[in-house]
Amino acid sequence: MESLFQCVALAQKELMVQWRTRARFGSVLVFGVTSLLVFSFAVGPDSSALQAHAAGYLWLALLLMSTLSLQEAARLDVQNGALEALVLLPVDGRALYYAKALVNTVTLGGLGTLLIPVVVALYDAPVKEGALWLIATVWLGSAALVAPGTLYAALTSRARAGDVLLPLLLFPLVVPALLGSVKATEVVMLGDPMGRLGSWLGLVLAFDVLYWSLCGLLYPLLLED
Amino acid sequence: MKLTNVLGLLGVAMYLYGCYDGLFIAPADRFMGDIQRIMYVHVPSAWTTMVCFTISLVAALGWVAGLVRGKAGDGRWGWDDWLESSIEVGVIFGGLLIIQGMIWAKPTWGVYWTWDPRLTTVAVMELMFIAVLALRGFVEEAQRRATWSAVVTLVAYVNVPLVYFSVQWWSSLHQAQSSSDNVDPAMQLPLAINAFAVMFIAIGLMGLRARLAGLTRVALLADVGGEA
Repeated sequence: MESLFQCVALAQKELMVQWRTRARFGSVLVFGVTSLLVFSFAVGPDSSALQAHAAGYLWLALLLMSTLSLQEAARLDVQNGALEALVLLPVDGRALYYAKALVNTVTLGGLGTLLIPVVVALYDAPVKEGALWLIATVWLGSAALVAPGTLYAALTSRARAGDVLLPLLLFPLVVPALLGSVKATEVVMLGDPMGRLGSWLGLVLAFDVLYWSLCGLLYPLLLED
Repeated sequence: MKLTNVLGLLGVAMYLYGCYDGLFIAPADRFMGDIQRIMYVHVPSAWTTMVCFTISLVAALGWVAGLVRGKAGDGRWGWDDWLESSIEVGVIFGGLLIIQGMIWAKPTWGVYWTWDPRLTTVAVMELMFIAVLALRGFVEEAQRRATWSAVVTLVAYVNVPLVYFSVQWWSSLHQAQSSSDNVDPAMQLPLAINAFAVMFIAIGLMGLRARLAGLTRVALLADVGGEA
């Protein structure tokens, strides 16, 4: 119970930090829109090909945005020894992890939700299974990217060349979550006559459950050195 | 002479005989012809890669267990030395596995690469463990490096079955796994000899590399005036 209160208090603190640095949120969003625009140049002005690959582009943009947003959030912790000061308090390491991961999910899920209309407009992507399913997929997938991402950003923000290390560590790890999210998004966009949405969302959910538990257990170890 | 060195030398001798047997004594495959003989080095590489990464998991768990009990660094550096050596040797054999697979795939499937579950899983696994080595390269402080790489190794190892499962859903092409049921007895001998040979060579290399890692750490700590 004590840990839960700590987690809520820490999440409030993290949210306040996010709010006060909201210009950063805007920059990451603009970066995402720019990537979506650039991806279409790789295929050319073939509207049917763009429409077929819209789900993949959305998730590639989100993946690139996640490294920026996670690394930046972790860098703020390291600056001026903020994390060390926090660790000096009798705070449960797991509460600290879950507060950070929760707020990072809110940030990335929010960014992803804002990208949806851009994808629909740029690639003329249909949303045959309904916008709510699309938003749910984006949030579930964002939570999957964030769970190991928060753990890894805590490492890389304190290492040399952290900006290079974070994607190097994170990208191969999130392959199952990325596959599940892209497929689920594709099915929501282009229609689901075979009823596959549940299986792909199930895969992302399994990844979420596994890594939200495992990373919560491992995070306190990183605070001890 | 250390046991790992003896095993390494024994592995080299067995490997020479196993390859001779595989190349000149064992019959050629009925359908694939001589190209199948790459199995005698390819399959042992696959098994050895998995053994190396499993040793790295054990080493990571050993270090983390010490950390939880508050005894890390206190004569427990062996775990970290073996973590480094097993990942390095595993990455080398994983790289060999992928290259041998590609050499076999081109004449058999007509392409160097397909998005088959086992191929993709090995590539993703290889990248995850290369990333652990990269992380180690960028962290100077020994205690921190050991803890961080143990944590990342645990997370990466847990991911391997999930990657396999997810890519399997996505597509499938690789032939069935080699086992004694679908391999001719004349082919089994060189395969078995090479399987142990490559594993012994890997253990020999890991032993040497772990010792080198230990000596490097002691020298670096002595340089900065710390204690080993």
